Amino acid sequence: MDLLIEGLKKAIELILAGDPIIAEITFRTLKVSMTAILVSMIVGIPAGMVLGLIQFPGRRIILTFINIGMGLPPVVAGLWITMLLWRSGPLGDYSLLYTETAIVLAQILVSLPIITALTATAFQQISEKMILQVKGLGATRLQLVWILMKESRLAILAAIIAGFGRVIAEVGAAMMVGGNISGETRILTTSIVMEVSKGNFDIALALSFILMTLAFLITFCLTYLQQRRRTQ
Amino acid sequence: MKKNLFSIVLILFFAIMTACSNSDANNEDTNKAADPESNEVERTDLILATTTSTQDSGLLDELIPIFEEENPFNVKTVAVGTGQALEMGVKGEADTLLTHAPASEQELVDNGDVENYQQVMYNDFVVAGPKADPAEVKGLSTNEAFSKIFESQSVFVSRGDDSGTHKKELQLWEGADLTPSENENYLETGQGMGNSLQVAAEKEGYILTDRATYLAQKDTLGEFEILVEGDESLLNIYHVMEVNAEKNDMINTEGAKAFVEFMVAEDTKKIISEFGVEEYGEPLFFLFD
Repeated sequence: MDLLIEGLKKAIELILAGDPIIAEITFRTLKVSMTAILVSMIVGIPAGMVLGLIQFPGRRIILTFINIGMGLPPVVAGLWITMLLWRSGPLGDYSLLYTETAIVLAQILVSLPIITALTATAFQQISEKMILQVKGLGATRLQLVWILMKESRLAILAAIIAGFGRVIAEVGAAMMVGGNISGETRILTTSIVMEVSKGNFDIALALSFILMTLAFLITFCLTYLQQRRRTQ
Repeated sequence: MKKNLFSIVLILFFAIMTACSNSDANNEDTNKAADPESNEVERTDLILATTTSTQDSGLLDELIPIFEEENPFNVKTVAVGTGQALEMGVKGEADTLLTHAPASEQELVDNGDVENYQQVMYNDFVVAGPKADPAEVKGLSTNEAFSKIFESQSVFVSRGDDSGTHKKELQLWEGADLTPSENENYLETGQGMGNSLQVAAEKEGYILTDRATYLAQKDTLGEFEILVEGDESLLNIYHVMEVNAEKNDMINTEGAKAFVEFMVAEDTKKIISEFGVEEYGEPLFFLFD
């Protein structure tokens, strides 16, 4: 119990003191997660749209694999990316292992299926009649896509929120492909693991509060965006 | 089609990352050593695979910045179990190793996986356990203590992760002619030293730990103390080595050489021998002299 109170005190102290190292780790966490989620959005939303709207052979199999991908354990993603990026691996020449890029890659691997699959589901729910109607009104393809996107914006934002939750919480893969290198690939989750193993529960607790605040703020903004449009 | 998609992903995030890292160079001055652009010298990456104990005790946090200041390398310290660190050496995934499992290291030396194998420092392992000491091992020799723990079927927490400490522990069981898994209360955590110590304290079990990690964590362990120490069999020797450059074209030979030289240099030795005195009242690592 004492430890908990001490930890809380330390946490508040650390946050108020504005420690440069903690600030750097927090900044890096944001940067890495945002990059990963951005790439997942850029690729996942169009891919989800195609899968949701267009019938083509092999579509079901692709959807099955993407659905399995939603449950891809981050450590498995981490292991695969590690093997790809090893010096002896296929992408070894780029020296990407133990860099932020490696973490971003692993995070994309776990968030892309979520965003793609949830977007695909959203587009599958749009009724055929509506598409026909929009087309009947003389919309171009681009206009059609735009209208459909607006129609499923709630679900798309939900997909982004789910993907973001996965990425910010992820630790196993970041540890494996990033190596938790001080000043380079140390992010909030991996620092928490390290501080716990060092026995510094107070610092770990402080970092956990920062991580939760970050997650809360971003999820709050996304939810706000989602709900605000709804009331308009 | 799939291949195209993959390249698009790659290109996209490369673009984003480049954009990000360029802007970082300007506003991230807390991170000088790690950021090649903010330094005048051209820095190359040097991957150091080492054990968790050197990181958890804080020794590397003190040494690496000094090394980076003197040399044009950017050290990427990957702290893993000794088993994994050595495997990284065998595969050529690291440039230099700092580990503490002499018997396993010797195999790498014999196979030509590593070169320039040098002794750096030592500390010792201790057997720690609950103050109540249910198996009554306090003050015994390691061999007797292990036998007593086994006979009384007391809780014993093992790292179980092929680390240097785990290898040492298995050697000790073997030396006492015992099979630890026959003890029902033998637990394998598969985690680092710090976490395993926490488990041992929580389960009121015995554990083999390196002294440095124990001292660093003593305060969070509660009714837990060192019960067996000082045995010659408990010596924990650290070696540094270069990974054989023929393993892989990407090995940073110059960096590895410089790091090995740095670790055995007189100035470094002085820092090592004084490390921890201020905080714990005793040094955490000792030199051979």
